[in-house]
Amino acid sequence: MVEKLIVIGAGMATGRALEQLFKAGSDYEVTLFNAEPRGNYDRIMLSPVLAGDKTYEEIVIHDSAWYEEHGVTCRFGEKVVSVDREAKTVTAENGDVLKYDKLLLGTGSNPFMIPLPGHDLEGVITYRDLEDTQRMMSLGEGNKVVVIGGGLLGLEAAAGMAARGVDVTVVHIMGHLMERQLDEAAGYLLRKALVDKGITVLCQANSKEILGQDGHVKALLLDDGTELPCDLLVMAVGIRPNVALAQEAGLAIGKGIHVDDQMMTSDADILAVGECVEHNGALFGLVAPLYDQAKVVAKTLMGEEDTFVQKELSTKLKVTGCDLFSAGDFADGDGREDIVFRDPARGVYRRLVLEDNKVVGAVMYGDTADSGWFFGLIRDKTDISDMRETVIFGPAYQGGAPLDPLAAVAALPLDAEICGCNGICKGEIVEAIEAGAADLGAVRAVTKASGSCGTCTGLVEQVLATTLGDAFVLPGVESICGCTDLTHEDLRRIIKSQELKSMAAVWQECGWKTVDGCAKCRPALNFYLLADWPVDYLDDPQSRFINERKHANIQKDGTFSVVPRMWGGITNAGELRAIADAADKYNVPTVKVTGGQRIDLLGVKSEDLPAIWADLNKAGLVSGHAYAKGLRTVKTCVGTDHCRFGTQDSTGLGVKLEKALWGSWTPHKVKMAVSGCPRNCAEATCKDVGIVCVDSGYQIGVGGAAGMDLKEIEPLAQVATEEEALELTLAFVQLYREHAKYLDRPYKFIAKVGMDWVKERVVDDLAERRALVERFRLSQSIYQKDPWAEHAKEKAESYQPVANLTLEAAE
Amino acid sequence: MNAQATEWIDIASLEDIPARGARMVKTREGCVAVFRTAADEVFALDNACPHKKGPLAEGIVHGASVTCPLHNWVISLETGEVQGPDDGQVATYPARVENGRILLDAAFLASRSAA
Repeated sequence: MVEKLIVIGAGMATGRALEQLFKAGSDYEVTLFNAEPRGNYDRIMLSPVLAGDKTYEEIVIHDSAWYEEHGVTCRFGEKVVSVDREAKTVTAENGDVLKYDKLLLGTGSNPFMIPLPGHDLEGVITYRDLEDTQRMMSLGEGNKVVVIGGGLLGLEAAAGMAARGVDVTVVHIMGHLMERQLDEAAGYLLRKALVDKGITVLCQANSKEILGQDGHVKALLLDDGTELPCDLLVMAVGIRPNVALAQEAGLAIGKGIHVDDQMMTSDADILAVGECVEHNGALFGLVAPLYDQAKVVAKTLMGEEDTFVQKELSTKLKVTGCDLFSAGDFADGDGREDIVFRDPARGVYRRLVLEDNKVVGAVMYGDTADSGWFFGLIRDKTDISDMRETVIFGPAYQGGAPLDPLAAVAALPLDAEICGCNGICKGEIVEAIEAGAADLGAVRAVTKASGSCGTCTGLVEQVLATTLGDAFVLPGVESICGCTDLTHEDLRRIIKSQELKSMAAVWQECGWKTVDGCAKCRPALNFYLLADWPVDYLDDPQSRFINERKHANIQKDGTFSVVPRMWGGITNAGELRAIADAADKYNVPTVKVTGGQRIDLLGVKSEDLPAIWADLNKAGLVSGHAYAKGLRTVKTCVGTDHCRFGTQDSTGLGVKLEKALWGSWTPHKVKMAVSGCPRNCAEATCKDVGIVCVDSGYQIGVGGAAGMDLKEIEPLAQVATEEEALELTLAFVQLYREHAKYLDRPYKFIAKVGMDWVKERVVDDLAERRALVERFRLSQSIYQKDPWAEHAKEKAESYQPVANLTLEAAE
Repeated sequence: MNAQATEWIDIASLEDIPARGARMVKTREGCVAVFRTAADEVFALDNACPHKKGPLAEGIVHGASVTCPLHNWVISLETGEVQGPDDGQVATYPARVENGRILLDAAFLASRSAA
């Protein structure tokens, strides 16, 4: 009999508990509820997402494939409204009643909202989940934000938005920032660093009222009468365990849900982990104890003995690029002494609090490399009488050891914790390295060290360096893949300067470490070579991802999708009839209208591709390159043809652009649009190239995005004629083709080289513009062809099995 | 037929598979992917990644490995073992090249139903 486990809340604690459970071979039938419409992601990393350093995809811990693999029934976006402990059932928001044998609560915490007048205005938010993050990401230059709360969350929100050009003011009620983790001196240094980033910091500031206009926040009023105007107000003043469901079910609660050492609540069949629990009077917010709880709860669910023990905690943080560390008790007091070290020029501050010749607390700012060693002194209550004179300088200076920064790491005992998030100590990392993990990625894969918040990355690298000795090379910038130490930028430069025109030439001249590359470098290399040497280099289909090799998009079941081109989104009855006939003839299960104004036939078998293409070709339809790192679509509105507001023939220009650009390969996909007037019905302002028609001509913008990142195009130029618009677009695309890193969309490329650099070449320097266009046209003379027609005619056979043994095997 | 010696089935010409490529062979028990490396070695493996059954014949072939097109798992063509941090095993079948023809072991292919 398989037991049913219902989990409420898909956060990091329950996520880790499920991992542990599956690792232990559990056969529970798991149903996972989450109020947020998504699964488990690394909440600690929301700040890098906000700052634009990471994308949401990069911080997902469990994707749908993981849940599927472990047979977890996911009910994301659904709340559980009640628990019936008698009947052992939970009731979902939609009325479903589900039976459980064991129930695991991971309801997390709720951000605390100060009930100031006006706190319910539109534009007053907390900082807790992805929606809040996205809301903040939608702001940019010209926006004003007030953040109430100078703790970790508030400061990360402030720094993230400041990095986006937002005018940010932090309002903090206490005398210095992060008073729970930092002493005043470190708080001062932090404040200075934030002010240097353009953030206004007000300490000892009492909020009085949130002012609004038409239901939307307008300003924050302080009790001294200061009015701080804002478009958004972020309240980041703390969190409280979310105990509502547990309370209503009649479980024992205090500040959080009471649990014992086995993470069991007052009901033996209900367990709880994470920020919602209270254990021996303590609440938990850092990830390390949550992961410890997860280990214990998994054991309890497996019927094994384990005990959750609260450990001495340290906090190692990176706030807006400033390294901070604190541990133990660092308040002043009778019988306590301080040892302080300051280096104002380097912005370094270090303070140890001593009691009875033992270190009881430590605060570090700016240089936290030795924090593990100091934490060890606190935890082990080491008597430091013998090293009192030098202890502040760290482990490298004890016992006459050499002044090598790595010596500090080498001196760490094996049980020194390196990765606080995952509870990984030096010994485990050394073990992994001795078992063959030779770089950061490998250590991370084996031990999970540095895989969560990443602040210990440098330490892990140092452990690698001290363990491997000369065999370890500290990575500078990231290389393309394991086949080479070169970066994409290096490689592009070498291909051009040394005129390398084949893969073999690159592998040889650049000293590739593998025979013929890998699935990461080969597609990049193939693109660089064909973009730089269109005439000399022969495109290599075997170095392309399957979609570009078979000119269709592979789907999860191995079938493909087929999207014919519709120039500027214009079609006709004949084409539609041909598409309908093809859908019938090849039993296409799904026909979908795409976001790029065309039609997608999904679920076509590989064997049928050449035949369906041949049929579509007959009606004049060609490949839409919906699978390509190349030009996808040029979306248009109807412009002066039909629209009473249209200022130019936007459809006509869109068709001309698509006819000029189709078939070109680019570093990543390229989407364009032309709108006939500033009402912008074609949504041109979030495309890679977007043209908005006005009475006097054409406004060309580049570098828009509407994926995980939402970016408005930046103006490139305004021109009077269609010809110029076309020329500028081609020149820009060619510049992008020649200089961007493979898989960088134009907005990322522009962010690296700068808009001025782009304008100099594409707009200002006429000769350069012409040369770019000429090189683009040369490439098109070779690559602008319909691959469907070519494959249907010459390669149809390669889409079939090379042999069919079904008959022989049957005999 | 000669029952003592291995019974090799002539599948196709080596030229039918591009170097650093693969083609699919249909058998009664499912599909087998036949790979050709840059060094003209051939390997036969089940055409299904142990992760999500991705069609390995559509992957990128590098060295004596293939990268699955669905989620980039890397599989050794020589052993069928999944490389790197992931775990798994793909069934492999004896294959060789003789006089420019690709040969697969009939007995082995037939045994797939028993496995």
